Amino acid sequence: MSEETVSITIDGVEIEATPGQTILQAADAAGIYIPRLCAHPELEAFGACRVCTVKVNGRPQAACTTPVAKGMMVENDTSELLEYRRSLIEMLFVEGNHFCMFCERSGNCELQALAYRFGITAPRHDYQYPVRTLDGSHPEVFIDRNRCILCGRCVRASRDVDGKHVFDFVGRGHEKRIWIDAEARLADTPLKGEDRAVSVCPVGAILRKGTAYRDPIGRRAYDHRPIGSDIEACRPAEKKG
Amino acid sequence: MAVTQTVEQPASRRIVIEPVTRVEGHGKVTILLDEQDRVKQARLHIVEFRGFERYIRGRPYWEAPVLVQRLCGICPVSHHLAAAKAMDQIVGVDTLPPTAEKMRRLMHYGQMLQSHALHFFHLVSPDLLFGFDADPAVRNIIGVARKFPDLAVQGVMLRKYGQEIIKATAGKKIHGTGAIPGGINKNLSVEERDGFLKDLDQIFTWARDALKIARDYSMDHLKELADFGSFDSNHLSLIRADGAMDLYHGGLRAIDAKGKRIFDHVDYRHYLNYIAEEVKPWSYMKFPFIKALGPEKGWYRVGPLARLNTADFIDTPEAEAARQEFMTLTKGKPNNITMAYHWARMIELLHSVEKIRDLLHDPDLQGTDLVARGERRPVGIGLIEAPRGTLFHHYEVDDNDQIVRCNLIVSTTNNNMPMNRAVEKVARDFLEKVEITEGLLNRIEVAIRAYDPCLSCATHAMGRMPLEVEIVGADGRLRARGGKGVEIR
Repeated sequence: MSEETVSITIDGVEIEATPGQTILQAADAAGIYIPRLCAHPELEAFGACRVCTVKVNGRPQAACTTPVAKGMMVENDTSELLEYRRSLIEMLFVEGNHFCMFCERSGNCELQALAYRFGITAPRHDYQYPVRTLDGSHPEVFIDRNRCILCGRCVRASRDVDGKHVFDFVGRGHEKRIWIDAEARLADTPLKGEDRAVSVCPVGAILRKGTAYRDPIGRRAYDHRPIGSDIEACRPAEKKG
Repeated sequence: MAVTQTVEQPASRRIVIEPVTRVEGHGKVTILLDEQDRVKQARLHIVEFRGFERYIRGRPYWEAPVLVQRLCGICPVSHHLAAAKAMDQIVGVDTLPPTAEKMRRLMHYGQMLQSHALHFFHLVSPDLLFGFDADPAVRNIIGVARKFPDLAVQGVMLRKYGQEIIKATAGKKIHGTGAIPGGINKNLSVEERDGFLKDLDQIFTWARDALKIARDYSMDHLKELADFGSFDSNHLSLIRADGAMDLYHGGLRAIDAKGKRIFDHVDYRHYLNYIAEEVKPWSYMKFPFIKALGPEKGWYRVGPLARLNTADFIDTPEAEAARQEFMTLTKGKPNNITMAYHWARMIELLHSVEKIRDLLHDPDLQGTDLVARGERRPVGIGLIEAPRGTLFHHYEVDDNDQIVRCNLIVSTTNNNMPMNRAVEKVARDFLEKVEITEGLLNRIEVAIRAYDPCLSCATHAMGRMPLEVEIVGADGRLRARGGKGVEIR
């Protein structure tokens, strides 16, 4: 062990982590995939979706917000946690209006990819069919709030990367939703099509116009390999299996 | 199995057939009698409703080709391409890059092949091979597979080849995403092309054999088929500028039963000046007609028979030779025999295989210029010759890129009145007493099936296609009711 690193254990595998890293970052670096939706490597941790929940020394914690500490015993790939994450993903599906069969993000959507990874064929809960609005006013960007999962990536990216603060949350609890820094129309905000706030959306809620269905089926991000397999591919050979 | 019963209402006069099998969708037939218990009228009711035209509203226009194709699982490519053609106009593109148009055409011919093969081998061949009156327990695709295993396998393999072409062009065999506004999202790799070329000779052999079966059957049974469910009608299809059959694109041509042109080479974006739809209270399926002739005389047929009748020629040699033989039967005049649809369909199947061959040898399919763009327009109208006939997609899109209006006239809707006439003709010829016999049920089904109707599409509805038949007396009361259970879809 070098002096700059601390040692933690994830599912019985000891890995080296850098102080200041979160559990999620340390796991990524070690090639261990912890499922996540709101977390994004370029954005400040937010802890909203709870899909990355792990057990740290027996207590549930969000891996994206919890810093590593020496000797942590982390549970990740356990049946209990997988079931917990699975339920969260199912709830996200029924809370919105997610029609993968014609959604242009199909195959590139992180929510859909997680559902496939977790083997979800149909949710156990009733669909809520909320009435949500669309905003097509912007020449380069289209918003379909039916598919928003409130991950807040656009909020953080617009504020911290684009320096614009175009998006933010309004409402509370069940009524919470993403809103824009304008009276009503996205066209009235300083948003640009190339802004990071647009491209970080993990689902089909914020869409760059003119890009729909450009990736043929078979060449989309998750057509052949499940989400997370890029991280798992980085796992050092001696720790695989 | 058929279930028929006479309703104990001596004073009433009405017949019901339920359900129609081996067509796509759900239908019910009512036979209306006059005071003397003769057939006055037959109505094919379509009783499903789905509402695609309504719920596409508000969606971004580029979703339409992927969303609206969900109308159907049999020929979704038709809806995918008709919507894509409409969206080409929305994005201001009148001419696609050659690779894009040829990839779409390849997709379309693949679909024509698979859909026609499905209909002929799986849905129709039991009637032709076993006879209209054969036991329904045998007269189905399982019966065909038992007695004519080679033929059943050929049907499956022809369909598979078409489906694989769809997959290579649209990404999936059913409900792909290939066509996008202004173009296509992929080309055909050399590996994909070579895979198709390898099997092409075998596909040609089977396609020629299928045409021969349809042709021989029609000629051998010409006497009984000529009048079966037949009637004079107008015919409508797209036609290429030089008069060739073109299943992907062209102007509208309508001819009357004698072959006289009603209109020709009409830019289909002006279809509303030429075609209108009538609504009848007893069916969710509308009744389109040629405006100039009015609803009584302006109804027309679409699909393989209409296309053979409207075309001056076919631009592939084997199908053209077959067309010439087909037209000889009626001395070059339009063929108005309902059962000739099957023969015409197999000519188109062979034509599609010839077109696939020509396209596979075209290096444009490996091109990389896939999408064009132009000035945004508010209206997009796309027509295509779907396997079952001319398909109309019409959209209006607002400044926010959201669809505000959608009108679909699907192939089977165009054939609505012809199917009613075919049923009426059969009822007149085969209804002997006020009862629904197995023979009558079978013949009504055979007549409807000639049109290869997709009733799900026609009402934009989903469901199975059972047929119910009712006989209704002049006083409006039910006289008899009969029907059939679901066999094969």
